[in-house]
Amino acid sequence: MDATIEKRLKATACKVRMGIIEGTYNAKSGHPGGSLSIADLLTYLYFVKLHVNPAEPDMPERDRFVLSKGHTAPALYATLAQRGFFPEEELKSLRHIGALLQGHPCIHIPGVDMSSGSLGQGISTACGMALASKLQGSPYRVYTVLGDGEIEEGQVWEAAMFAAHYQLDNLIAIVDNNGLQIDGPITEVCSPEPIPEKFEAFGWHVIRMNAHDFNDMERAFNEAESIIDKPVAIIQTSVKGKDVSFMENQCSWHGTAPNAEQYEQAMAELKALLVGLED
Amino acid sequence: MADVIKKATRESYGEALTALAEKYPNLVVLDADLAAATKTGIFKKAYPDRFFDCGIAEANMMGVAAGLASTGLIPFASTFAMFAAGRAYEIVRNSIGYPHLNVKIGATHAGISVGEDGATHQCNEDIALMRTIPGMTILNPADDIEARAAVEAAILHDGPVYLRFGRLAAPVFNDAATYKFEIGKGITLREGTDVTIVATGLMVSEALAAAEQLSTEGINARVINIHTIKPLDKELICKAAQETGLIVTVEEHSVIGGLGSAVAEAVTECCPVRVEKIGVNDVYGHSGPAVDLLKQFGLCADNIAAVTKKVLGK
Repeated sequence: MDATIEKRLKATACKVRMGIIEGTYNAKSGHPGGSLSIADLLTYLYFVKLHVNPAEPDMPERDRFVLSKGHTAPALYATLAQRGFFPEEELKSLRHIGALLQGHPCIHIPGVDMSSGSLGQGISTACGMALASKLQGSPYRVYTVLGDGEIEEGQVWEAAMFAAHYQLDNLIAIVDNNGLQIDGPITEVCSPEPIPEKFEAFGWHVIRMNAHDFNDMERAFNEAESIIDKPVAIIQTSVKGKDVSFMENQCSWHGTAPNAEQYEQAMAELKALLVGLED
Repeated sequence: MADVIKKATRESYGEALTALAEKYPNLVVLDADLAAATKTGIFKKAYPDRFFDCGIAEANMMGVAAGLASTGLIPFASTFAMFAAGRAYEIVRNSIGYPHLNVKIGATHAGISVGEDGATHQCNEDIALMRTIPGMTILNPADDIEARAAVEAAILHDGPVYLRFGRLAAPVFNDAATYKFEIGKGITLREGTDVTIVATGLMVSEALAAAEQLSTEGINARVINIHTIKPLDKELICKAAQETGLIVTVEEHSVIGGLGSAVAEAVTECCPVRVEKIGVNDVYGHSGPAVDLLKQFGLCADNIAAVTKKVLGK
């Protein structure tokens, strides 16, 4: 990847992270940890991969995106705001009464292709979209992001079976493997490991990826797009709470909003990071 | 009555989907390994490229239907009522209902008339469950003519629709030449002034037979067919409450949350009158031939007539 592009993506991802902190702080609730772990991924998808148009969010031939781990909506909203689907200012009223931005993704928000948040359901809807693309001869791709805790839901494996059976090679599911869920490490709660082997056994092509390295993302997604007749699962190794020092790898930041002091510290850290990235 | 034609509404469903496929090219059909029973197999045979078996995985099927609908297709997701409304309830609620997607749920084998398979498969709760979902339309056709019309009405309606079909062959009493189906509009099949019997689905023909019996005893019963349980035709129900002063509801469903509840809720708002509910009385079913079960649970003309006389004090 060109170094200038990489630097620009890093700066955008940093702004997405600031949006996540802004949103959850103002909402006094929400899920910052798992949002921060997918900030780089969503930045890469929305600024490199997805064929979307903020001026025409319902464009029929657009690529689809379903945030199956819907509780990390702050990451999606912050990314959509950066991409121009709605003003950044909206992030400040996340979860407020009468606000555009609901606690979990809602199909009526510009740029959101499917309501989601009840875990395990997003991947099924993504399968439906991928099947529709094949039926309609409209060659868009469908991307969906799942949590590593989320895949404990049985519906995920019904969908995995379906996608392989119907050879949905236009479907790319990214599993955000940050290793932590609400009650603790995934291996201690009710382990879904080994994750890659499970998807392989269900007939998927599996790729491992570093969730915080844009060059590795480019490699992984280029490989994913070359696969024929199989859906692709990208298992991304990520850091929950990435780039906010006190949130990194802390289970307690799964569903807790920062207070004023924590907000100031998080924003200061991210601003410092951004200074080094901007031209 | 030997010359009355009988047909299960599930057959009407499979045939109607097939007959309407050319007219509506966006129509696709999903099933969960029950195509032979739900009769979507008829569609599968005629349009194999527009039929998708999801295997025994109803939760995923409902989600797939939501995804298909989000792109402009009109999916009919088919399985037994037990699994469509019961097992997949939360997916129907969150992936179809909340985004208000154009998914049609074809639920067959509803009610006690499933028969020999017994309680695990006799869904007497589906109407109650589906009624709680905002924006969900619920259609429960009474015979072959109405079932076919309901399928086309569902296609033309923009939004989620739950269609309830039966396994047991039901008498065909509507006239194809004159029949008109309108979502949300009940049909007065028989005028009457002493009492109104409000029925839905398989119970409509029983209600008509009960009214006939009552007429021989000088009781003038009105009969209303409510094929659309949601949105309910409140106007027609309230008019009946005002004009006859007494309502008996009949449904092959629990007395909790179904037609009887919907009617009672409506009349308490407009014209409080006694509403006597005939249905499954908060119990599970059990195995047995469908017709015998219907009699045992009081879902037959004789019992409808007996209950009506009792509440009339006769």
